Amino acid sequence: MKKRNEKKALRKGIVRRLLGYVRPYKGYVVGAALFSVLYVGFTLVGPVLYGFAIDNMVGAGQVDFAAVYRMVGGFALCVLLAALSQKLLGNCVNSLCYKLVRDLRREAFEKLTDVRIRYVDSHAQGDVIARVVNDVDILSDGLLQGAAQLFTGVMTIAVTLVVMFVINYIIALVVVVLTPLSLFVASSITKRTFKSFSMQVKVQGRLAAHAKEMIGGQKTVILFNEEEESCRRFEKIDAELYEIGWRAQYFSALTNPSTRFVNAVITAFVCVLGAVFCVLSRGGDLVLGALTLSGFTVGMLSVFLSYTNQYTKPLNEISGVVTQLQNAFASAARVFEVIDEEGERRGGSAHIERVRGEIRIEDACFSYDPARPLIEHFHLDVKAGSKVAIVGPTGCGKTTLINLLMRFYDLRSGAIYVDGVNAADIPLDEYRKLFGMVLQESFLAGETVAWNIAYGREDASRGQIEAAAKAAYCDFFIRNLPDGYDTVLTSNANLSQGERQLLCIARVMLADPPMLILDEATSNIDTMTEMRIQKAFRKIMQGRTSFIVAHRLSTILDADVILVMNDGSVIEQGTHAELMEKRGFYYNLYNSQFAR
Amino acid sequence: MKRYFPYLKEYKWQCILGPLSKWIEAALELLVPLVMANIIDVGVAERASIGYVLAGGGVMLAMGAVGFVCALFCQRSASIVSQGFGTNVRNALFRHINTLSYRELDKLGASSLVTRTVNDVNQMQSAVAMIIRLVVRAPFIAVGSVVLCLVIDWQIGLLVAAASVGVGVVLWLIMHKTVPYYAKNQQKLDRLTQIAGENLEGARVVRAFSTREKERARFDGAAQDMLDNSLKIGKISAFLNPLTYAIVNFGVALILLWSGFKVNAGALTGGEIVALINYMAQILNAMIVISNLVSLFTKAHASMNRVSEVFDTRSSIADGAGAQCDLSAPAVRLENVSFSYAGTKQYSLENISLTVPRGATVGIIGGTGSGKSTLVNLLPRLYDASEGKVEIFGRDVRDYAVRDLRFLFGMVPQNAALFSGTVRSNLLWGKADATDEEIAAALRVACADGFVAEKGGPDQPVAESGRNFSGGQRQRLTIARAVIGRPAILILDDSCSALDFATDAKVRANIASLEGVTTIIVSQRASSIRGADAIFVLEDGRVAGAGRHEELYRTCGLYREICDSQERAAQ
Repeated sequence: MKKRNEKKALRKGIVRRLLGYVRPYKGYVVGAALFSVLYVGFTLVGPVLYGFAIDNMVGAGQVDFAAVYRMVGGFALCVLLAALSQKLLGNCVNSLCYKLVRDLRREAFEKLTDVRIRYVDSHAQGDVIARVVNDVDILSDGLLQGAAQLFTGVMTIAVTLVVMFVINYIIALVVVVLTPLSLFVASSITKRTFKSFSMQVKVQGRLAAHAKEMIGGQKTVILFNEEEESCRRFEKIDAELYEIGWRAQYFSALTNPSTRFVNAVITAFVCVLGAVFCVLSRGGDLVLGALTLSGFTVGMLSVFLSYTNQYTKPLNEISGVVTQLQNAFASAARVFEVIDEEGERRGGSAHIERVRGEIRIEDACFSYDPARPLIEHFHLDVKAGSKVAIVGPTGCGKTTLINLLMRFYDLRSGAIYVDGVNAADIPLDEYRKLFGMVLQESFLAGETVAWNIAYGREDASRGQIEAAAKAAYCDFFIRNLPDGYDTVLTSNANLSQGERQLLCIARVMLADPPMLILDEATSNIDTMTEMRIQKAFRKIMQGRTSFIVAHRLSTILDADVILVMNDGSVIEQGTHAELMEKRGFYYNLYNSQFAR
Repeated sequence: MKRYFPYLKEYKWQCILGPLSKWIEAALELLVPLVMANIIDVGVAERASIGYVLAGGGVMLAMGAVGFVCALFCQRSASIVSQGFGTNVRNALFRHINTLSYRELDKLGASSLVTRTVNDVNQMQSAVAMIIRLVVRAPFIAVGSVVLCLVIDWQIGLLVAAASVGVGVVLWLIMHKTVPYYAKNQQKLDRLTQIAGENLEGARVVRAFSTREKERARFDGAAQDMLDNSLKIGKISAFLNPLTYAIVNFGVALILLWSGFKVNAGALTGGEIVALINYMAQILNAMIVISNLVSLFTKAHASMNRVSEVFDTRSSIADGAGAQCDLSAPAVRLENVSFSYAGTKQYSLENISLTVPRGATVGIIGGTGSGKSTLVNLLPRLYDASEGKVEIFGRDVRDYAVRDLRFLFGMVPQNAALFSGTVRSNLLWGKADATDEEIAAALRVACADGFVAEKGGPDQPVAESGRNFSGGQRQRLTIARAVIGRPAILILDDSCSALDFATDAKVRANIASLEGVTTIIVSQRASSIRGADAIFVLEDGRVAGAGRHEELYRTCGLYREICDSQERAAQ
C-alpha cells in the first residue's frame, strides 16, 4: 500500500514536471482541446442527421425531399467540419509532441555535457544514449498521443451516451449494461498478454545476446571448431522462445476477434431491441406497459447502430492506452534521472594571470570507493617547465593521477596548487584550459579533420589548422584522405590508431595550453608512426610542464621527476639516477621492463 | 521467396485451415448487414412481427459466435505457424552463418549478421502471421462489401466502389509521400545517437577543452533538424484520417440523396439503406488494414532479401579429403604464396616462401599492414591463398578435413574473444575433456594462475567478451585456452601487447619449455622475437629479411630500424 502511494507521488511529480515543459506550448494544448471537442461533436451529430433523412424516406411515393435535402446538406457540412477539425487536431498534437521531444532531448543532452566523469565512467553508454534518444520518443508518444486518445475517447463516450439516452433510454441502458463485458474481455486479455510478453522479451533477449556474442566472436568459434556447440545452444534457446512466443502471440492476437465478438453481441441486441420498438411504435408513441416513450424509427435505429460502433472503439482502446501510459511514465522517470544527475562544480573566483606551470600537490587523499583507500597523503612538487614521467606496471593507477590533475574526480582531502593558487578555487573551465591532454585512446568526433583539429580553438583559421597539422606530422596523411582536411572521420575507417593520436597532438598544439598531460601508446602502432609521435611529443613538451605516462626508456631517462606507481599509489619518486641508487621497486621494474 | 516454403512444411495444415477459418468469419461478418436489413424490411416494415425480429437477432448472435470460434482457431494457427517458421529460419540461418569462413564474415560484418538473425527474421515471422491472419480477411471484406452493395443496387454499388478507390488512392499517396521522410528520420536519429555517444566516449576530451557550449550547439542543430523533419511527416500523415473519413462520409451523403429518389420510386427500402451505410464503414476499416499490410510487407520483403543474401553466401573454404599429417615433415612450408582479400591483383602478401621446421620457434615482425596476421591466418586455412601452396606437416592444407587441420593449431589471434561463462568453460574450448590438472597447468603457462586464483579459481564467471578482466588478463586467458590442447603448432598473433615486458618474457619462456610445440610469434616488439630460432621481417606483404637476430641486425635495414627505434635510449 505504501509502495503504491509512493508510486503515485512519483507519478504526480513526473506529471507536474512534464506540465512545466508543456507550458511554452500552451497554444497547442488549447488548440488540441478545442479541435477535439469540435471533432467529436461533428462526428456524432452526423449520424443523427442522416437518421432523420432515412426517416423522411418512408416508402414509395412518400419521400419528403425538402427534409432529405436539408438533413443530407447538414450531414455533409458536419463531415466537412469534422474532417477539418481532425486535421487541425492532428497538427496541434504533432507540433506539441515533436517540440516537446526536442526540448527534452536538448535538456538531457545539456546535462550529459555537464555531468561528472564519475557518472560517465559508471554508466553503460548504450543505456544513457537510449535515455536521451529513445526514451524521450516513448515518453512523448505515450503521454501525448495517449492523452489525446484518452481525451477524445472519453468525450466520444460521454456524448454518445447523452445522445443515446435522449433518443431512447431503454436501449441506451442495455448498451451501458453490456459495455463492461467488452471492457472485461479486453483487460483480461491485456493482462495475460502482458505477462507472456514480458516472458517472451526475456527469452528473446537471451537469444539476441547469444547471437551477438557468438557471431561477434565467430572467428574464434571457427578457430576452435566450436560451431556445432554454438548452434546447439542457439537452437535450445530458440526452442524455448518458440514455446513462449507462440502463446504470447496468440494472446495478443485474441484482442481483435474478441472485441469484434463483443461488438457483434451488442449490435445484435441493439438491432433486435430497436426493431422490436419500431414494430411496437408503428405510427405513434412507443407504449411499454405503463411507460410511454416517443416513437422509435428505422432512422433512430441506424443512429444507434452507428453509435454502438463508435462507442465501443474508444473503450477497447483505453486498455491499450493504459499500458502505453505506464511505459511513458517509466521512460519519463529514466529521462528525468539523467536531467537530475549532479553536474560538475564549476564555480571559483581565483585567476592566474600568466601561468608559469608550477604544480604542488599537498596531502592529497582520494579513492573511487570509500571502502578501498587508494591515494593517501600524497605530496608532489613540480617546478615550472619540468617533465614528470609516470611509470608502473599495468593497472597501477596512472589514469587516476590524470583524473585528479584534470579535476575529473575531486580529491577527498588535500589540495592541488597551480602557481600557488588552489585549483579548487579556479573556475573549472578556466582551470582545464591550462592543460592539453593526449590520451592513448584518442577520441575524435565524427566531423571533418579540420573541425577536429580546431576543436579547442574555434576561431582558428584554415592556415593555423594546417600549420598545426604540419607541426604534428599529420599534414601528409591528411592530404592523402579523399577530401583532405574536409574528410569526415568515421569511427572505424580512414585512419590508423597512430594517425588518430597524431591528430590529437595537432589539436593540442593548436590550443597551445601552458601544461600537458600525455599518454604514450603501448602497442599496435607501426614503427614510422611511432617515431613521428615521439618527435611530436618532444616538440610540444618544450618549455611546458608535462606529465607523461611513460612506456619508453627515452622518456624516463630525461624526465626531471619519475613517479613510480604501484597498486594505486606513488611508492617512489625522484630522477632516474636517484631511483636506481635506491635499488627499490623502480630498480626492479627498470631491469625487467625497460632494459634488455 | 520459394526457398522459405520448406520452413513452413511441418505446419501445412495450419497454413490451409487458418486462413480458411478466417475466411468463414469474414463471410459471416459480411452477411450481418444483410440480416439487419432483412430484420428492418421484413420484420419491421412488412410483417411487424416481433417473433421474426427475435429470430433474426438469434441468427446474428449465432453468426457472431461461429465467427468468433473460427477467428480463435485462425489466430492460434497463425501464432503457431509464424513462430515455428521464425524458429526454423533462425536456426537454419544461424547454422548457415556457422558454415561461413573468415572471408564471408569480413564481407557481411558481425553486427549486420546479428541484426539479420534477430530483427530481420522477426520481421519475416510477423509477415507470415499477418498473411495468415489478415491477407485473406481484409481484401475479402473490402471486395465483398462492394460486391454486396452492387447486388443491393448496382448504381449505388458503383458509387461505393468509386469511394473505396478514392480511399485507396489517398492511402497510397500519403504513404508514398511520407516514405522518403521516414528514411531521413532514421538518419537524423542516428546523428543524435552519434553525438550523444561521442559526448560519453569523449567526455574527458569535451571537458578538457571546455567545449560544452560547442557540443550543445551541435546537438541542438541535430535536434532541430529532426524536429523539422518530424513536423513535415506529421503534416502529411495528419491528412490520412480526415481525408478517408471525408471520402467515405461524402459517399454516405450521396447514397442518401440517391436513395431518396429510389425509395420514392419504390426501388429501395430503409433496411437496405442501413445496410449500404454499414458496408461503407466496413470498407474503410478494411482499406486501412490493407495499407498497414502493404507497409509491413515492404519491410518484410527488404528483411527477406537481407536474409537471403546470407543464405546465398557460401563458404569459400571447401573441405578436403581427409589427409593424414606426416609429423616428420616440416611443420609449415609456404611456396610462392600470394594473397589478396578482395580477390584482385592488389596483394596483401606477395610471393612468400618459407619453411618452419618442426619444434622450432619462429618470429614474424613488421609494421602495421605489412601482412603478418594475414600470413598466419593462411596456416589453419582461415583464408585460402590466392596463389601458391601452403603445406602443414607435409600436406597441402586443402587436402585436410578442415576440422582435423584446425585441431593441429592453437591460435591466439589479435583481439581474441572470450565468451560469457566461466574461466573453465572458456578453456574447455581448447580441449573439451580437460582435467583440473590440465586447466591449472595451462593457466600456469599463460601466467594466468595468479589472478584466476585471486578471483576465486577457474569456476569464476566470465562476463560477455571477458569484460570483467583487464586487457592483459584477457590476453593471458586466451593464451591458456590455446595451449591447453597441447597443439602441434601454436600461433601467437601480437597476443602479449597488453602485458608488461617482464610478464611477456615469462609467458614466452613457459611456452618454449612445452615439448614438441612449434611456435610462431607475431609481434611489434623486437624484444618478443629476439630469441627465436628464425625471424621473418615483413614489409608490404613481402619478406624483407630472414634469419636469426644477430644476422638480421647486420643485414636487414628495416629490422635494425625497428630494433633501434624501440631501444634507442638503451645504447
